[in-house]
Amino acid sequence: MFGYYLELAIRSLKRSPGLTALMVLAIGFGVAASMTSWSVFRAVSGDPIPWKSSQLFVPQIDTWGPNGRSADGDPPNAMDYTDAVALMRDHRAKLQSAMYEISPSIVPADAAKHPINVSGHAVYSEFFPMLDVPFKYGTGWSARDDQNRAQVVVINSKLNQKLFGGANSVGKSINLERQDYRVVGVLNDWNPQPRFYDVVNSGGFSTEGDAVFMPFQTAIQAAIPNDGNTNCNAVPKESGFVGLQHSSCVWIAYMAELDSASAVTAYRNYLNGYARDQQQAGRFSWAPNNRLRNLPAWLDSQHIVPSDTKVSLLVAFGLLLVCLVNTVGLLLAKFLRRSSEIGVRRALGAPRAAIYTQFLTEAGIVGAAGGVLGLLLTAVGVASVGWVLPKDIAALARLDVSLLLLTLLVAVIATMLAGLYPTYRASRVQPAWQLKSN
Amino acid sequence: MNMQIKPILIALRRHKAGTFLIALQIALTLAIVCNALFIIHQRLANLSERSGVDEANVFVIQNQWAGDRTQQQIDAQMQADVLALRQLPGVRDAAPISGGYPLRGGGWDNFVTMTPDQVKPTTDSAVYLGDEHLLDTLGLRLIAGRNFRSDEVHGMGTEQVIIPPVVIVSKALAERLFPDGSALGKSFYAMGSTPSTIIGIVDLLHRQGASQWDKAHAGQSLIWPARLDDVAGTFYVVRAKPGQLAAAMREAPKALYAQSRMRIIDPKDGIQDYAEIRHRVFDSDRGMAILMGIISAVLLAITAAGIVGLTSFWVGQRRKQIGVRRALGATRHDILSYFLTENLLIGIAGVAVGTVLAIGINLWMVTRFEMDRMSMAYVGVGVIVLLLLGQGSVLAPALRASRVSPVEATRSV
Repeated sequence: MFGYYLELAIRSLKRSPGLTALMVLAIGFGVAASMTSWSVFRAVSGDPIPWKSSQLFVPQIDTWGPNGRSADGDPPNAMDYTDAVALMRDHRAKLQSAMYEISPSIVPADAAKHPINVSGHAVYSEFFPMLDVPFKYGTGWSARDDQNRAQVVVINSKLNQKLFGGANSVGKSINLERQDYRVVGVLNDWNPQPRFYDVVNSGGFSTEGDAVFMPFQTAIQAAIPNDGNTNCNAVPKESGFVGLQHSSCVWIAYMAELDSASAVTAYRNYLNGYARDQQQAGRFSWAPNNRLRNLPAWLDSQHIVPSDTKVSLLVAFGLLLVCLVNTVGLLLAKFLRRSSEIGVRRALGAPRAAIYTQFLTEAGIVGAAGGVLGLLLTAVGVASVGWVLPKDIAALARLDVSLLLLTLLVAVIATMLAGLYPTYRASRVQPAWQLKSN
Repeated sequence: MNMQIKPILIALRRHKAGTFLIALQIALTLAIVCNALFIIHQRLANLSERSGVDEANVFVIQNQWAGDRTQQQIDAQMQADVLALRQLPGVRDAAPISGGYPLRGGGWDNFVTMTPDQVKPTTDSAVYLGDEHLLDTLGLRLIAGRNFRSDEVHGMGTEQVIIPPVVIVSKALAERLFPDGSALGKSFYAMGSTPSTIIGIVDLLHRQGASQWDKAHAGQSLIWPARLDDVAGTFYVVRAKPGQLAAAMREAPKALYAQSRMRIIDPKDGIQDYAEIRHRVFDSDRGMAILMGIISAVLLAITAAGIVGLTSFWVGQRRKQIGVRRALGATRHDILSYFLTENLLIGIAGVAVGTVLAIGINLWMVTRFEMDRMSMAYVGVGVIVLLLLGQGSVLAPALRASRVSPVEATRSV
């Protein structure tokens, strides 16, 4: 029976090719616009570390007091050196790391070659196990290396390719800012988006992954300056990088792993206790006002998804909605034009259910055709999204099987929904009236 | 005309669903297109923002230091570098600039207060550091006071705290701080305990960024006389002689490498002219404008096509009635104006609802996405566009209807 409906539907669609083409085009454009924006939105709002994000927390300490808070009362979104080092020393979480952005230059041994600049982060040893960072060769450094300010680095596979031709370089040394560092590990491809461990500096997204990681205190000792943002509520009293460390300027990111609800409560109490201690010591003249958000909440509070992306998504959904209203209208016209045909079929004994099946089949075919067109247009859209969006974000939009299936599914389901009312009207056609008027 | 409205309304009552769908489509389209137009216009306004820089002739070099240097060495190197740049044949002037450069997309800014112990800042200003050549190099127009003297320019270490006693400010900052126009010679505090006295005012100097924060403090910038001897690196701005931009951009890195090899000028984006800088900073604005443009065009096309489709169906359905009217003496013009009026009535209902929707969406976006309030002019334009679009779309089917011959009335099947 379905085959018969299919044949009927195709015959009917062929009868008015203009109207059919119009519906297919509308569905195709509507679906493609929505799916293209969706692919971008999905990429920027995705969870960069889904298996662990609810256990990763970002503490915020109210170093600046009431005058330095944001409009909603939040303390600064980074830490000053004093707090970051104190939290690391107390070591109350299962795993934790303070970190800051660095951009050291690598001076090649060959004097004829130009020095190159690499970006990276100075972190603590627990950074690697905490974030499940994948290694190709070697491992991260040890807690001892942290304490001893060891001259070690972890490099990413791209830099390893550039400097060592991709070979296992563990144990070899590289020269950063005229000091030699021993490579202890080489990362596998790792460039999570958003760059969740330091969104304040990356704005969330960057096409280039970090190339170098070195122990935090080693970098401090070697005076490798902060390459990320520095925010101050007052001008530092002393000059230079050391002055920055003594100042209340915030420039250090911090992340801690807390595995259970009780660990979170304990850590929250610890932070409040720390702030009270600072208050008693006279460093803070205000009550504790800390924050401890898990990663998804933290990314949300930092508005990682650009509002342009959200607006585009909404506008694209709006377009789809208009396309569907349009389709409802056109299907209504198309179905009711065949009132006499429906009348004949009903008079010959077709139940309402049969009318429903017939017309929903027809709507489904329009939807499927629109979906196929939508697929093509989505592919074009995803490929050309770089024209209208910043590169870092556009590069994240991908065409994959799930997106393709979703495109088809949305097209067919949306069109069948659009076909419901016209079909209902068609099924209400009074056979007697139609037959009489003929 | 008046006579016709009542029968049209009665007829429309028999096509409730179709009427409702067209009106709904017009309403939604109006709501979306108004907001899209508003976004497009705002973004285009950003794109054409003036920077105050002689953009046709100026380029920026991002120079990073490699290896160890003391602050004194960096300071000496920077002075040698700009001297070498100024001596190039295609170069008019060159200067170091720190804190970022206009339209860089972000950089240094300080809160500004009128007294040192003021708690709530008066405003916020972009901060540029440069020497006595910076004004000429950027091509800024001094409208009051004087430029820095070379003896006022000092080296400043990384994160060092010397608030220079003199400052040149943009007109926007001067007017914000001293609305009575008396800024020259007055002083203010920019997050320090010592004041800076305004010795010069330039007409226009864009901030580094184009973010919401920057827009709230648009054009408010200051220049302090200093060379920031940052161990990481510095920017050099270079102004080429007219027509020699490309040549100067080729020669500049060679001249710098000849001074010292221990530096990094990224071969890919280490040197950028203002066309590129402008392109980069307004990348997302241009993108949004294009995207909203495409979506609006598609929306209008689909709505027009939808009206054509449904009206054609109605015409087809009513051929007999049209024939009867024609037989009873209605002219072609009567039939044509019947359909045009019918569409106009639906259109008016649609735009009425759409206007409310458009304003509602805008108000929601204001709270949700930090957008500005939309002026009613956009809604006005949108209403006219959609009503004309409706009339245009209905024209073809209506003309077809007007050509229905009275004979049709007699054909019963």
